Amino acid sequence: MSKVSMTVNGRTMTGDVEDRTLLVHFLRDTLGLTGTHVGCDTSQCGACVVHVDGKAVKSCTMLAAQASGSSVTTIEGLAKGQELHPVQAAFKEHHGLQCGYCTPGMIMTAVDMIGRHGASLDEETVREELDGNICRCTGYHNIVAAILSAAKSSGSQAEQPIAAE
Amino acid sequence: MYETSYQRPSSIDEAIKLLGDGEGEAKLLSGGMTLIPTMKQRLAMPSVLIDLRHISDLKGISVDGSKIRIGGATTHAEIARHDGIKAAAPSFAYLAGLIGDPAVRHMGTIGGSVANFDPAADYPAALLAIGATIHTNTRELSADEFFLGMFETALEENEIVTAVSFEAPQAGGWEKFRNPASRYAMCAVFVAKRTDGSVGVGVTGAGNNGAFRWTEAESALSGSFDGSALDGLTVDEGAMMSDIHGTSAYRANLTKVVAKRALAKAK
Amino acid sequence: MGVEGIGAKVLRKEDRRFITGRGRYVDDMSVPGMKHGAFVRSPHAHAKIKGIDTSAAREMPGVIDILDGQQLKADRIGNLICGWAVSSKDGSPMKMGAYPALADETVRYVGQPVAIVVAETRAQARDAAEVVMVDYEEMPAVVGSEAALADGAPQLHPEAEGNLCFDWEIGDEAAATSAISGAAHITRMKIINNRLVPNPMEPRAALGHYDPAEDHYTCWTTSQNPHVARLVMSAFYNVAPEHKLRVIAPDVGGGFGSKIYIYPEEIVCLWASKRTEVPVKWTSDRTEAFLTDAHGRDHVTHVEMAFDADHKIVGLKVDTKANLGAYMSLFSSATPTYLYATLLSGQYDIPAIYANVKGVYTNTAPVDAYRGAGRPEATYVVERTIETAARELGLSPAELRRKNFIRSFPHQTPVIMNYDTGDFEATLEAGMKAADVAGFEARREEAKGRGKLRGLGMSCYIEACGIAPSKAVGSLGAGVGLWESAEVRVNPVGTVEILTGSHSHGQGHETTFAQLVAERFGLPIDNVQIVHGDTDKVQFGMGTYGSRSGAVGMSAIVKALDKVEAKAKKIAAHVLEADEGDIVIENGEVKVVGTDKKLGWHEVCLGAYTGHNLPDGMEPGLKEGAFYDPQNFTFPAGCYICEVEVDPETGTTEIIQFVAADDFGNIINPMIVEGQVHGGLAQGIGQALLEGTHYDEAGQLVTASYMDYAMPRAWDLPMFKVETLVTACTTNPLGIKGCGEAGAIGSPPAVINAITDAIGNNDLSMPATPEKVWNAIHAAS
Repeated sequence: MSKVSMTVNGRTMTGDVEDRTLLVHFLRDTLGLTGTHVGCDTSQCGACVVHVDGKAVKSCTMLAAQASGSSVTTIEGLAKGQELHPVQAAFKEHHGLQCGYCTPGMIMTAVDMIGRHGASLDEETVREELDGNICRCTGYHNIVAAILSAAKSSGSQAEQPIAAE
Repeated sequence: MYETSYQRPSSIDEAIKLLGDGEGEAKLLSGGMTLIPTMKQRLAMPSVLIDLRHISDLKGISVDGSKIRIGGATTHAEIARHDGIKAAAPSFAYLAGLIGDPAVRHMGTIGGSVANFDPAADYPAALLAIGATIHTNTRELSADEFFLGMFETALEENEIVTAVSFEAPQAGGWEKFRNPASRYAMCAVFVAKRTDGSVGVGVTGAGNNGAFRWTEAESALSGSFDGSALDGLTVDEGAMMSDIHGTSAYRANLTKVVAKRALAKAK
Repeated sequence: MGVEGIGAKVLRKEDRRFITGRGRYVDDMSVPGMKHGAFVRSPHAHAKIKGIDTSAAREMPGVIDILDGQQLKADRIGNLICGWAVSSKDGSPMKMGAYPALADETVRYVGQPVAIVVAETRAQARDAAEVVMVDYEEMPAVVGSEAALADGAPQLHPEAEGNLCFDWEIGDEAAATSAISGAAHITRMKIINNRLVPNPMEPRAALGHYDPAEDHYTCWTTSQNPHVARLVMSAFYNVAPEHKLRVIAPDVGGGFGSKIYIYPEEIVCLWASKRTEVPVKWTSDRTEAFLTDAHGRDHVTHVEMAFDADHKIVGLKVDTKANLGAYMSLFSSATPTYLYATLLSGQYDIPAIYANVKGVYTNTAPVDAYRGAGRPEATYVVERTIETAARELGLSPAELRRKNFIRSFPHQTPVIMNYDTGDFEATLEAGMKAADVAGFEARREEAKGRGKLRGLGMSCYIEACGIAPSKAVGSLGAGVGLWESAEVRVNPVGTVEILTGSHSHGQGHETTFAQLVAERFGLPIDNVQIVHGDTDKVQFGMGTYGSRSGAVGMSAIVKALDKVEAKAKKIAAHVLEADEGDIVIENGEVKVVGTDKKLGWHEVCLGAYTGHNLPDGMEPGLKEGAFYDPQNFTFPAGCYICEVEVDPETGTTEIIQFVAADDFGNIINPMIVEGQVHGGLAQGIGQALLEGTHYDEAGQLVTASYMDYAMPRAWDLPMFKVETLVTACTTNPLGIKGCGEAGAIGSPPAVINAITDAIGNNDLSMPATPEKVWNAIHAAS
């Protein structure tokens, strides 16, 4: 057992957990933040994506102990009170979700993606960057549309789209 | 996952000591992108995990003209976005930017990838092609000396990959053909025209013994660094991997096709 | 329609909780004292259980109890059932192999549950499950349906000789045979419909909670039909009496059919909770899902389609071996029979059809309905065959289809179905226009210049939704009725609660169902609450599958709304001293036509509850229920066109464009309908290009994770072009047909027809992986 301590959605959280405890289980079982999901065992589906120190990571592939001392943002920490984050709003506006299970990971991935690419995101890059997020409901069409829309209205600076070949 | 014990050293010496204390049951944890999934499936049960991500000596990228040195705990994302690498060795940055997915790139490290030597890992192909040097806490080895075969490297017990260094090639090209399920390389090729004029061709994902140098292609390309130089070559099917996703015959075909496409992109 | 009424693109009410991480799925549930279950599963495809030694496991930290099949049997927990009795052509009933929730004597597929460990934590339960020692005596296994029928094949069940569960037929064999023998042209094909693993992103989970104080059971489970689950668990499995069992399916993260069935795990969690007197939760991991969720498809079919000299189809004969897996699942007899062969007429006027289907046991996971359930298999057979016939006859695929379209309705096919409406020419035209088929040859030439092979493929599908009527399905062997129920509760302040037996697991019912109320009474949808998924709240319901929630579930709501409207009008007429027939309800007001006399909707509702001024003899309150039993199936149909570009050097297929032109009848919310089509297309394209389920000869599932089972990712798919046309369904009050499965039904043949067109080789099976396509290119050249 180890004591872990991290900032989660702006609050300091501590807990005593087995060292083998994954970050996702610490968030879900210890902190009750069940918005972060587990959809596979092989670190491929992305339902568990959260931000650790500002970067999208798979919380099923990181020990809680590894994240100790870090700042973690989960889907529950994205909206400001009643005001949705623009990416959350875009997912609703574009019907980018159906069953909702992959959605938290999709949104956390999208926020990270838009943060890195800004308004220059194009469809090809979005699809490439969604390589680690699996959705079984939407066929991705409306997820891609939602991300492109949110990116466009973010107005932030562009980087080179990595998928451009 | 079996129970384990997590340790977070702040120096290489401390990490080495913990490795020694672990008596063979300890494992180094860098990004964890392979080790943790393996542990989740209960296919590995290290009693101690030694986290290398908080050791400052393992971090950082330096670019001095064409000489590049990358600390072992540097993530794929850091490499992909590094302006110096993008300028000196754009194909290498491009490779790093296509490893796994964005979340994997934020955690996974070059040192972890090199030390694990997964048969479908991307870096080994490039490091073999470029003629890179692998630095450990005790020595320096060429990529040829370091990568021995499927999951097998020259690393000894209590040895840590501390950095990778290489001279940026005059031209490099990377092409990856992904396995449609795992999205790892089913066949990926790095072609490099080195500064001494020689050519390196590294292939990963396809061979039955890990990444390898396709020496016939290197010879053929040393005259003309162009895909047409490969036209007369065939790849030995016997050295190719075969599984439900692709037979050895198919991977042999891919190797040539993908190599040509890497050449077409080389810059 | 109003801004939120029928036909309006209304954003989803339910989205807020999902996008803020506040959805409530079964694994998110926790009750005081809850412990965790882990299953000990068979590592063998076929073996006898000689003994189970739990002594070491019981010493592991945190272990509370370990229960096995002998204890289950001793407690008289019943075997799993199949809810649809199919008879063979000789009249004999299908041969059911006994399927206990925990195997007691024999295991017949890898992953079959053998015991459960209950422990303090999930990890401790797993640790101990690994230490349970089961002594197996391995037996030979068989995984393919053709191999299982062969002489000398390993035998699975003593009840089913030769591994044959049923040998079923439909249609007129003599007529079809005679039509084929005299035909001018016969197209013959062997067609394999690949086995799929459904893979909803939320893995299955169950939380069983026995309360000894009340002798009451609660089961939270990932179900598409919680009432059916309660009925079956009570009536057949003897887990708990129906009035003492509450089944709750909260937010469910996708189902696609795989969450219709009542699986061993939820039965065992409930039973284990009674035995251990602690609540027991189990959540599947993805590998368990691959091994034990009911798989889909897995047909091997030989087809003969015969044409006269004028290219009219004169006869169709189909012989199918359907792999059922090791045991019958809840509806696994109906899927390859009544849901499959009844659609073999497709969109075509075919005078004679005969189909023979053999249901075969193998040492693989049970196979049951998966998005489309039988209709994708039928569509694939018909649409691959007719496209191939067009190529053989030198006709354009559109021309041959046009020649054979059914053009007058209602149309009785030779295989039970009676199509009420449709306009197949119109969807074909719309599809071809949207896909710019006229410009295709120029695009093919352009691609050729870049060294790429372009192909165009078409699929004109018809399917059947809202399986019904109950009387008819009962006569065909169904163990349940296929109606739906609804209750409309109007509160005294005028807000509305709709209790429905349908269950949403992604389909947006909280929005579309509320739109019916907005349409009817002019209330904002925020004033409407949809209640579903809880047997303590909703009296009964048949659940959501087979694209039935629109055609059947919403029809029940409409019926209940009719009654509410009638009563509200009576009250208003009485208060306003007007004739009942002159009362209209719109924009939240109850008015007398042609006058300025009116009441607010809330005034009428409050009046219903105060009872101060009601017509003589009228009961107070405003709450009505209805059961709706459809008169017929509904028949969505459409034309899908796929354009691909194949890289001949690697065999990689890229989908350049995919057009869907569907006729779903009337549409409640076009945004949601379009989303359903997108998702269905992704699954159909996944089947065609990516998803292969591979068992090795020993019965080990090689593709048991996303490392080896290729799920469609964003990168694999294009933006879709979706068009809808309307011929209103004539047999339900809304005129709607259903849209949940069409995408998955219509798309696989369009993709394969496109690739085979591109490469010039018709011999290609799904999934058309790069290597298969590459081989097919080389075989053709």
